[in-house]
Amino acid sequence: MGIDLFGSLPLVVIWLALGGVGIVIQAFVRDNTRLVFGYYISTLIATGVLAALTFGHTGLTFDGMVTMGGSGAFFDILFCVTGILTMLAARPYLQREDSEIDEFYTLLVSAVSGMMLMAHANNLVVLFVGVELMSISFYVMAGFFRKSIRSIEAALKYFLLGAFATGFLVYGMALVYGSTNALDYATITSVVRAGTTPFPMLLAAGVTLMAVGLCFKIAAFPFHQWAPDVYQGSPTVVSAFMSTAGKAAAFSAFIPAFTMLMPVGAGASYVMNMQLALAVIAAVTMLVGNISAVAQSNVKRMLAFSSVAHAGYLLMGIVSGTAAGHQAIVFYLTAYTFMQLGAFVIVSILERENDGHLEFSDYAGLSKTHPVLAFLMAMFMFSLAGIPPFAGFFGKYMLFIAAIDSGFTWLTIIAVVSSVISVYFYLGLVVKMYFSDPVGEGHATNPGTAALTLGVAAAFTVLLGVLPSVLQSMFTAFH
Amino acid sequence: MLVHYLPLIIMIAIGAIFGLTNIIMAEILGPKRSTRAKLSTYESGMEPVKSARERFTVKFYLVAMMFILFDIEVVFMYPWAVQFKSLGMYGFTAMILFMVLLFSGYLYVVKKGALKWD
Amino acid sequence: MDMHVLLFALFAVGAVASAVLTVTRRNPVASAMSLVAHFFMLSGLYLTLEAQFVAAVQVLVYAGAIMVLVVFVVMLLNLGNEHRLQERSSLRSVMGTLIAALFAVQVIITLLAHPTGMNAMSPQALTIGTTESIGQTLFTTYLFPFEAVSLLLLAALIGSVILAKRHVK
Repeated sequence: MGIDLFGSLPLVVIWLALGGVGIVIQAFVRDNTRLVFGYYISTLIATGVLAALTFGHTGLTFDGMVTMGGSGAFFDILFCVTGILTMLAARPYLQREDSEIDEFYTLLVSAVSGMMLMAHANNLVVLFVGVELMSISFYVMAGFFRKSIRSIEAALKYFLLGAFATGFLVYGMALVYGSTNALDYATITSVVRAGTTPFPMLLAAGVTLMAVGLCFKIAAFPFHQWAPDVYQGSPTVVSAFMSTAGKAAAFSAFIPAFTMLMPVGAGASYVMNMQLALAVIAAVTMLVGNISAVAQSNVKRMLAFSSVAHAGYLLMGIVSGTAAGHQAIVFYLTAYTFMQLGAFVIVSILERENDGHLEFSDYAGLSKTHPVLAFLMAMFMFSLAGIPPFAGFFGKYMLFIAAIDSGFTWLTIIAVVSSVISVYFYLGLVVKMYFSDPVGEGHATNPGTAALTLGVAAAFTVLLGVLPSVLQSMFTAFH
Repeated sequence: MLVHYLPLIIMIAIGAIFGLTNIIMAEILGPKRSTRAKLSTYESGMEPVKSARERFTVKFYLVAMMFILFDIEVVFMYPWAVQFKSLGMYGFTAMILFMVLLFSGYLYVVKKGALKWD
Repeated sequence: MDMHVLLFALFAVGAVASAVLTVTRRNPVASAMSLVAHFFMLSGLYLTLEAQFVAAVQVLVYAGAIMVLVVFVVMLLNLGNEHRLQERSSLRSVMGTLIAALFAVQVIITLLAHPTGMNAMSPQALTIGTTESIGQTLFTTYLFPFEAVSLLLLAALIGSVILAKRHVK
């Protein structure tokens, strides 16, 4: 049946470990969160290791349904690492909020498995199942604090709008299927490139609808309006996970889908328009994200708008449509994941119950009360703003080059302008932390295992900025 | 192929006509002499105390949700059952794997007491 | 052929009528019942298009399970005073109607300008919609997504227990 067992291992292992074993453990073991936590951490570690082992083993498996190795495996590792780091940060946070339930970790792992399906998808059906698996887990995680009205609001908003966006995505897939008579990427690619579809208009409509669905998942303008409310209302560690791994997963699906549907230079009639439309979306997303972030006084909302703006930068790689652009996306996504995760985790450590200690003014004089946290936060802010020598700078540089090379100089200019705007609020927080006096007495914080998360995130933020070639050398294995 | 469904459509049509005819005939032919007692809610002779519209508990929702999930599972068994012979052992294994996961979900639901009406 | 077109038209009119009833009824339960009728009409439409399996699933899942959930949720929300649900601002509904009409005109013009030239069902359609062929493909080519769906159902199961159960322990 065309199954390559070795190459399929990461997907099969996480599927069995979660559905076959994990759930049974949870059914029979009670009041042993430590066991469940350890079990799911080791599941993610095992999956990540298997993905690393199969990295060079590229090809197709399960009758061409999913890809093996290459970029899929790279994203697997990224999702697993983000998942592990989030779990480590979530444990002390949930205990502090007195709402640690085993199922949090279950849903996190099921979200990771959905993301892996998205990254490995070589067929629109697999892509859809992956998107749904990830989204359903996210909807529940967003509403995890059932007593908090904000958390419930976040879950409901995310669910209603998310379900609507998935509708767009599925309708787009149906139109693409109707016009190309295929669901697998290889056949669609050949039909689109050869321009042999009898319904070019349906194809263009399908591609547009799929772009709408995916733009919702990455929170791009004008489908970004859920992001600030959802990221603010959700438990902070969940926002951290959604805005990093969730965005990475959406882009891991965006890249292959639009390599196939938007073949730049292959002569399909709608491609130029599509490219231009995405470029406009990217430009407006950056501007709207950064300008709105300037006006925020809540740190979580600020980070949410910053994540919207980053979706705009990342879209530049999709607009370019070249291999260099896609590699730039992967690089920047990796860098972005660590710095955004780090920033959110610091917020989760400083946060107090009832949405306390989340305002900019609460961060005044943090360098005196919590020097280490303030230093790390400053580092993540510098990196998010794209200031060298941190990872954010190099990723942005790669994206700008890719956009210029494909003739979108105006987009790059807008990106530079909006980066300059972003410096205002990123550095505004740093200035607040270092050059203001603390208000009231500082409270004690106990990061627990979240310290590990911060250490890893900080290490990668520096490492990817100083030695970008470490990551770039992996891209040669992509296909 | 559609011809095969003709009996089904005829049966649905007959059912609908039968039901509608009864309601409409009763409406037309039945005497309507309503009194206060006749119009009040029938509560075995007791006085009705409040609106019959009460808010259901969320447990109903939980049960309905599980019904949907296991219903979808059954929907997947339907094409498998039709093709059972030609799929053979291979299809059987595939279905067992699918069922194992859903069964572990069932175990979870039972053990967590999600079906208990406490 | 004629029989098909006639039945299709019949079900299509029924589907539109019941859909209109669904959104115009003030009583949520009446609305839900119109939705059931709508699902049956859709199922009939699928049958006339030779999608037999989809027609069966439509009745099993939508008219069966989903409707039970819809009715339960209607009762859970206990929407007593229907008059309070009435739309206040007439401006919004006028704008909505205008935009919808504009969209309809646009679709019609586009379709008239770009005729697809397709006016008969593909001969393939007779075979690919049967339960047999779907069973065969689902368990061979589409085995992977099929198994992945089990995880999707599991995640939904856990999610609903977490959100609806009062004490999860």
